Amino acid sequence: MISGRTLAQGANCESKMSEDFFKAASSCYLSKEDYDLLGLSDGKNILLKNEFGKTVFSPRVDDGLRRGIVFIPMGPWANILIGPDTGGCGTPQFKGVEIDLEATNSPIQDIRELFGSIKRAEA
Amino acid sequence: MIVEDAICSFCGCLCDDINVEVEENKVKRVRHACRLGSSKIMGHERIRRPMVRKDGELKEVSYQQAYEQAAKILLAASKPLLYGWASTVCEAQKKGILLAEEVGGVLDSTATVCHGPSVIGIEEKGLPGATLGQVKNRADTIVFWGCNPAEAHPRHSLRYSSNACGRFTPEGRSAKKIIVVDVRETRTSKNADKLVIIQPGTDYEVISALRMLVAGKGDMVPEEVGGVAKSELASLSEMLLAAKFGAVFFGLGITHSRGRYKNIDNALSLVTDLNSHTKFVIMPMRGHYNVGGIGQALAWSSGYPMSVDFTRQAPYFNPGETAACDLLAKADTDAALIIAADPASNFPRTIVEELAKIPIIQIDPYENPTTLLADVVIPSAIAGVEAEGTAYRMDGLALRMRKLVNSSYPSDEEILDGILESVRSLRCSRSLQGGLKDDN
Ligand code: SF4
Repeated sequence: MISGRTLAQGANCESKMSEDFFKAASSCYLSKEDYDLLGLSDGKNILLKNEFGKTVFSPRVDDGLRRGIVFIPMGPWANILIGPDTGGCGTPQFKGVEIDLEATNSPIQDIRELFGSIKRAEA
Repeated sequence: MIVEDAICSFCGCLCDDINVEVEENKVKRVRHACRLGSSKIMGHERIRRPMVRKDGELKEVSYQQAYEQAAKILLAASKPLLYGWASTVCEAQKKGILLAEEVGGVLDSTATVCHGPSVIGIEEKGLPGATLGQVKNRADTIVFWGCNPAEAHPRHSLRYSSNACGRFTPEGRSAKKIIVVDVRETRTSKNADKLVIIQPGTDYEVISALRMLVAGKGDMVPEEVGGVAKSELASLSEMLLAAKFGAVFFGLGITHSRGRYKNIDNALSLVTDLNSHTKFVIMPMRGHYNVGGIGQALAWSSGYPMSVDFTRQAPYFNPGETAACDLLAKADTDAALIIAADPASNFPRTIVEELAKIPIIQIDPYENPTTLLADVVIPSAIAGVEAEGTAYRMDGLALRMRKLVNSSYPSDEEILDGILESVRSLRCSRSLQGGLKDDN
């Protein structure tokens, strides 16, 4: 899995609570072959998981991707799957992350749900 | 009124040819900017008032009350983290550094989750750089490695690189060779003469193979490197050597992948090697418009470009220890001031969970997921649109951003001043009280 900037994600990165940002950053792009193989064509969502976490995305085909690689716009959905290790240089590895994926009927969490589950300490 | 040649404050291109139509102090239209730039200048729904969290809810307060609460949090902490800084101007950054020194904290910028590895690589090897103007006027071969300017820096190609027409490049795109190295096809690669698709995480190996080919030691290169055939790499190295003036632009594809700063270190060496044969320059595609500026401001005041720890007698820098993600992951910070950034969205989730455990002060024009976790929220004017100041373009050129419209919100600099004053007066009254106690 690789995560990075897209035009739609960038244009909405200062309105992160908006529907447009939700649409832009909760999508997962895959090759046509992987898309078909996972049986995603009938409106299913896709569940991505690894040792760091799991979350649901809306799948989309990107013809520029090869089999075995998925692209997710950078943001809080993608970051559920990123580990904290910085390899001694301060920067987590946001790209080249191994994940498992499967089709699902579960809904995608919206941004408030995503953060509602985080335990906050009272000042 | 039309403000001509305004500077766009979204990405590191800092396009300085934007025309902004202003009516009754409101931006009505933006011309020449790309979709990212117009969206930024047109603006979005704002945070209206300063807020402080009480009983789990954010409640509106005055600016002064917010400053005082922020000061209390910073003074109560033993190692506060002051993080963000890439989307504000140098004047605010300077104030932030002063605040970090006064409260004894660690100041880190969004570079640490972005081009931080580039900064480290450049510190090790030096940067054979150029201005974007030189690239526009001279470059006949351009390499985009692990970057996708068509989506992240949309006007880069037209203004400075592949499609720009300059003094010695009057024919523009048709007389240039464009090479893209990536793990996927992108909008940028559609405009390339040569696309080399590598396996994710193999940048270091592919660069090493290219260095051997450039050095005439191709016989040592295996038949396939990083999923790329040797013949393909050989033709790429020939294209590089045939350049009269080459420019390599690299992005997060290389800094965020396995190898991180070592990838950059190797890419810088490749460019140094190429300079034994022809002229080549290299430049990171900096994302936020003034992420270069915080690097400069920190470097001229502390000697280090990011992740600077001011809790000791002298500034201290050790990215795997003093960078925001490392501090949070190891619970080595006990309060955070976040300015012009949204770590709740941009840090790995496990680190966001750590961030949520400490008090957070947020300074930002917009609500974002960090607001949902914050204890003090201070809305600010949008630097580069509602407040003037200096910003550094991705090539290190300093540009002066004008104010395009007036705003009732205080600037980042004014807010930091407010917090700084509250810190000083709180400290002063505490030491007075301490003194009185001693007298008794
Ligand atoms: S390329 Fe960057 S600086 Fe230029 S208009 Fe677009 S966002 Fe703004």
